[in-house]
Amino acid sequence: MTRKQRRLTMIGGSLAVLAVAAALVLNAMRDSIVFFSTPSMVAEKHISAGKRFRLGGLVQPGSLQRGDNLAVSFSVADGSATLPVSYKGILPDLFREGQGVVAEGALDASGTFRADTVLAKHDETYMPKDVADALKKQGHWKDDYGKKPSASAAPQPTQGAMR
Amino acid sequence: MIAEAGHYALVLALALALIQSTVPIAGARWGDVALMNVARSTALAQLLFAAISFTALVSLHVTSDFSVVNVYENSHSLKPLIYKITGVWGNHEGSMLLWVSILALFGGLVAAFGNNLPLSLRAHVLAVQAWIASAFYLFILITSNPFLRIANPPIEGRDLNPVLQDIGLAVHPPMLYLGYVGFSISFSFAVAALLEGRIDAAWARWVRPWTLVAWIFLTLGIAMGSYWAYYELGWGGWWFWDPVENASLMPWLAGTALLHSAVVMEKRNALKVWTILLSILTFSLSLLGTFLVRSGVLTSVHAFATDPTRGVFILLILCIFIGGSLSLYAWRASALKQGGLFAPISREGALVLNNLFLTTACATVFIGTLYPLALEVLTGDKISVGAPFFNLTFAPLFVPLMVAVPFGPLLAWKRGDLLGAAQRLTAAGVMALIAIALLWAWTYGGSTLAPLAIGLAVFVIAGAFTDLAERTGLFRVPLGTALRRARGLPRATWGSAFAHAGVGIALIGIVCETTWNSEHISTMRPGDVAKVAGYELKLDDMVQRKGPNFREMIARFTVDLDGQKLSVMTPSKRNFTTRESSTTEAALLTRGASQLYISLGDATADGAIAVRIYHKPLVLLIWWGPVLMAFGGMLSLSDRRLRVGAPKPARALRGLQAAE
Repeated sequence: MTRKQRRLTMIGGSLAVLAVAAALVLNAMRDSIVFFSTPSMVAEKHISAGKRFRLGGLVQPGSLQRGDNLAVSFSVADGSATLPVSYKGILPDLFREGQGVVAEGALDASGTFRADTVLAKHDETYMPKDVADALKKQGHWKDDYGKKPSASAAPQPTQGAMR
Repeated sequence: MIAEAGHYALVLALALALIQSTVPIAGARWGDVALMNVARSTALAQLLFAAISFTALVSLHVTSDFSVVNVYENSHSLKPLIYKITGVWGNHEGSMLLWVSILALFGGLVAAFGNNLPLSLRAHVLAVQAWIASAFYLFILITSNPFLRIANPPIEGRDLNPVLQDIGLAVHPPMLYLGYVGFSISFSFAVAALLEGRIDAAWARWVRPWTLVAWIFLTLGIAMGSYWAYYELGWGGWWFWDPVENASLMPWLAGTALLHSAVVMEKRNALKVWTILLSILTFSLSLLGTFLVRSGVLTSVHAFATDPTRGVFILLILCIFIGGSLSLYAWRASALKQGGLFAPISREGALVLNNLFLTTACATVFIGTLYPLALEVLTGDKISVGAPFFNLTFAPLFVPLMVAVPFGPLLAWKRGDLLGAAQRLTAAGVMALIAIALLWAWTYGGSTLAPLAIGLAVFVIAGAFTDLAERTGLFRVPLGTALRRARGLPRATWGSAFAHAGVGIALIGIVCETTWNSEHISTMRPGDVAKVAGYELKLDDMVQRKGPNFREMIARFTVDLDGQKLSVMTPSKRNFTTRESSTTEAALLTRGASQLYISLGDATADGAIAVRIYHKPLVLLIWWGPVLMAFGGMLSLSDRRLRVGAPKPARALRGLQAAE
């Protein structure tokens, strides 16, 4: 083979692999991407039952109920709307009423959000970033979430969403 | 006093770095030996001052000097000594100081062991190294000074994030940084080669050991981080495709590709331009990782603080270094001479294929990690790209790579014989088929994909040993001769066999853990028994205990297998009063390579407790694989032909040995 032919083989091979990779990426993008919504966005957009998304907001104080065999239900609120959430399993260490939470799952026919993952994990100064941004946008951001003895005003995540 | 000394040492290190980044280059331009030698002394002095600065911060943390903001925010006088030390890098400022200290360490190592490098190359390499160092010293001094004082010192500190109060913090970040920052050496060599417009096989002989060192640390660092997440977070997961994990995986993939392309360059003087590009990309991805983790654009356990100025500053560093080096590459790469010829079916061709798949896999991870950020900036939509995306893109790209792995070492340089290699791999293929058949029969009706994946892993492992057997003539010549030949094999050959086998072993662990993992989640009361994978776990009692800076509730489980008492497991839940937060300490029981895993949830009002119990078959292989890879890397590194600073082969006889 000449140098040119060899080079063409290489380039052809590389392009083939890249094309396959691009196809894989596009295919995966279509099926496996999850959008983030707040309860009021859910109310506006009429997300259909069964479609997976991430729900973020504050855990409504007083809404947490523990049922049999680790079944849990609580409400997620963002100031203008609330959405009931049901979950089965162990809640993260720092899940608390009145604090931010992100849950992943889908709505069922009755309009309850069935979560299969609850990603809340934050300490006393931290809210999940998605929730903080959404709340700020709606004007419900309370500055004292970010209050820290150090001077900086921004909320200080020290620890983040983990499963 | 100590804080000021540390701060001052850091300023001096910056000044030295600025000298080191200019004077040697001017010296190289004018051919002035004295000016070029400035690089060596400044690099060593810079290391000294960076070390002083780092030691100062460590001693501030050890003595709990709460008049320093960094100590106040991340330490507590009651914290055990080991966490006082590791807490130094458990926060943004301290971890950046560790980053530059390691950078200075690598610069110092090049200066100390680079005596037989061409003088102008050494001057250029150290100068480029100093550019990076200057940027990060400036970053620390301007935006994240760890030595800031508080006007009215408080009596007690705010304590370290409890999740980080673990031995993992002592090992994981330094390892990872040694890996990240280690790639700066190959980057500096690449930029130096572009600046000089000259590159030869000696260059690759220099770059390869440094890349290997960085790669070994990065491999261990990632594995360690994964194991830490596995036992500390209490969810039993070991890889979440979290952006921060991806940020460390990308340099690893690119670095692995670099390691292989550097072999081609060293042995065959081909793929020069590509190797240079990979060196640049690998370190760029390390910088990107630092940016993603440190800028706060991502929220994760690794993001210590969000401060917009820091993000912008790191973004600026990122743009200057990545943009600058890539422009330099575009401008100068054509000046580098093209390398040797080779057929597509050859050792070189196999290594190109390896590079192709690794970089493509790296690109898919890159897209999956950055696409959500880009989309949020452009449209404001928030999306998350999680495990399904990566499973659908990364896995299909890794399968052909794994199939190809055993073939590579069996092909000859320049022109290989694919059929011959396939024949020699027959035994490995048969072993893989037997493994598939046995597993499929054993788990009849279960997953079909898992036996196939394990068969692939068996093929990779058996293939690695086929290579060794072929070279030593095992089974063909008397055992004594084979052993003698085995001893004579270059260590690098052993190294690559072990590293390749490590990939297969990790794959077995991954497949077994994800497919045959059994879990049991329920609320239990003292006296209750849970049955998981043949084990009987009885909750005996729950006791309260007080630790140095926390209170904990310990549950005691008796583990029985076939009616025989096996062991006692004690998972606990810790409450850290200072931060009002709690952590879950999982209990692990290792049985061979499998583990039983118990972690606790919340206690209910009536005295029961939520419990998660997992049985994870062969889970430890997931981490033994990378350890074996790193061991292979170390074997390679100890090969005298590759030893850092080793001159050209001393004896001509070595040239007669089979190339690995």
